[in-house]
Amino acid sequence: MKARVFITLKNGVLDPQGKAIHHALEGLGFSGVNDVRAGKLIELDLADGTAASEIEDMCRKLLANTVIENFRIERLEDA
Amino acid sequence: MRSAVIVFPGSNCDRDLATALELVTGRKPDMVWHRETELADGIDFIGVPGGFSYGDYLRSGAMAARSPIMRAVSSAAGRGVPVIGICNGFQVLTEAGLLPGALMRNAALKFVCREVPLRVENSQSLFTANYDAGEEVAFPVAHHDGNYQADETTLDRLEGDGRVAFRYLDEVNGSARRIAGILNDAGNVLGLMPHPERVVEPAHGRTDGRRLFEGLLERVAA
Repeated sequence: MKARVFITLKNGVLDPQGKAIHHALEGLGFSGVNDVRAGKLIELDLADGTAASEIEDMCRKLLANTVIENFRIERLEDA
Repeated sequence: MRSAVIVFPGSNCDRDLATALELVTGRKPDMVWHRETELADGIDFIGVPGGFSYGDYLRSGAMAARSPIMRAVSSAAGRGVPVIGICNGFQVLTEAGLLPGALMRNAALKFVCREVPLRVENSQSLFTANYDAGEEVAFPVAHHDGNYQADETTLDRLEGDGRVAFRYLDEVNGSARRIAGILNDAGNVLGLMPHPERVVEPAHGRTDGRRLFEGLLERVAA
């Protein structure tokens, strides 16, 4: 089975990369962009039947820094 | 003083730190590879050096913080052994949970490499005893991820408990409250982005960093 982990900065945490992307989009003439936040996508190829709690554990222990980041797990059972 | 310097793949200030420690303590530190699982008996100071451990993969310091030797470093810190994390070492110590907060990408997104003026905010710690409170010193910085962030409660607690050891005098990287270096609750772990080990000899242009190691040596030997 596969799972995707989306890692995003918590609300209120300054995202300089997102800001720079925002400015670059404006520079290209895209005027309707209110805000940009950059994050990470991590794809995991896992043994079938890996428990959701184990994936969560991976996120807390390594994949995300929960001081500044949130994570969301998407399980793709048959992918 | 018997010291150890931890070496990760991608560390590049390990030799600078070892040279500074040998100069001040008269004894070569143990250079301890990240795959080791224990430190030699009698180690009374641990340095986690600067560099780009694991190429800054995932987050700066994230992989190094989970390497085998860090369990031994955490347990030594728990016993009260002084630990300093400089630059990438600071990032490693926050990722390992030995210090609160996180070091994020510099607010201006640029790598900052220059000498910066700092104020010694707490001159009572193991590491800062040879400075005067409020004294201004200058250490070089060289980092891309030095933007210190923590929630307001944590920042207030750090300030209130005198755990902000060094503060930038000018805007450097966007750090909350211009924090350059912090202590843990027990006061035996210091993390800082500037490099005291690069200003220990007259040939370096200044020797402001030397007193940090000298003060530590006096306190540890006492």
